[in-house]
Amino acid sequence: MKISLEHFDKAFENRLRLQIMSVLTVNESYDFNSLKDLLHVTDGNLASHLKALEKEVYISVFKSFVGRKPNTQYSATQKGKEAFKKHLQALENLIRQQK
Amino acid sequence: MKEKDVYAELSSIRNLMERSSKFISLSGLAGVLAGIYALAGAGLGYVFVKNISTLEGAESYLNEPMIFWPLFMIALAVLVCSIVTACWLTIIKARSRGESVWNPVSRRLLTATGVPLVTGGLFIIILLMKGEYDLIASGCLIFYGLALFSGSHYTYVDIKWLGIFQILLGLLALVVPVYGLILWAIGFGILHIVYGSIMHIKYER
Repeated sequence: MKISLEHFDKAFENRLRLQIMSVLTVNESYDFNSLKDLLHVTDGNLASHLKALEKEVYISVFKSFVGRKPNTQYSATQKGKEAFKKHLQALENLIRQQK
Repeated sequence: MKEKDVYAELSSIRNLMERSSKFISLSGLAGVLAGIYALAGAGLGYVFVKNISTLEGAESYLNEPMIFWPLFMIALAVLVCSIVTACWLTIIKARSRGESVWNPVSRRLLTATGVPLVTGGLFIIILLMKGEYDLIASGCLIFYGLALFSGSHYTYVDIKWLGIFQILLGLLALVVPVYGLILWAIGFGILHIVYGSIMHIKYER
C-alpha cells in the first residue's frame, strides 16, 4: 500500500543520505574516506549527497590536511540530528499504524 | 514506499549505527588464547621461583637478579604473544567480514584503551625500578581493567564487565599482595578464557 509522505523529510528521501545521517548521529565525526569504505559507494556519489546535506545545514564540514592529503571531517548539526530523529519517528509511527 | 521497505530501511539504519560506532571484529578466540598464555606464564614463573628460591622468606626473592630477569622475560613473552595473537585474529576476522581494521572506531578504541594502558605500563616500570614488587600484580590488573572499561564504549558491552572484574581483582591483590600471582593468573588467565569463550559463542557462531 502507498503511504502518506507528509511527515517525511525530503532531504532523506535518498537512501544514502539517510545512511550518512545515521552514521553521523552516533559518531562525533567521520571522515570522507571512512564513510566511503563503510557505505561502499563511489567518491562522486558520496560527495554529491554530502553536498546536499550540507546545503540543508544538516551536517557541518571541517577541512584540514594530514600531511599533504586533504582530510575532510563531517559531523551532524543540531538541526540535522533533530530532522533525522523526526524522520525515524515518522517511519516508526507508520509501522505502528499498520499493525 | 511499501511496509516491507520501511522495515528494511529501519533495520539497515540500526545496523549502520551499530557498525559505524562499535568495533566488532575483536576475536573471542584471541581472548581464550591470551588466557592460556597467561596461565602458562604464571605456572612457569611459579615453578621457576619454587625451584630456585631457598625458601628464606618469599618477600626478598625478587631482589635476586637470577630470579627477577627470567620472570620479567616470561611476563614480556606472555604480553607479546597475546598482542600478536589478538592483532592477527582481529585482522582475519575483519577481512572475513569485509571491513577494514583501521577505521575511525578502531582508532577511537585504541586511544581509549591506550591512555590507561600506557600509564599502567609506565607505572609498573617505575615500580620495578624502585623495587616495589608487591604492587605489580595489582597495578597490572587495575590499569588493564580501566583500559577495558574505557574501551568498552567502542566495542561489545561485555568488555565493560570484564574490565570491572579485573579492577576488583586488582584491588583485592592490593589488600593481600601475598596472593598477587594467583589473582593475576585468575584475572589474565581464567577471566580471559571465560570471557573469550562467551564472546565466541555469543557473537561468532
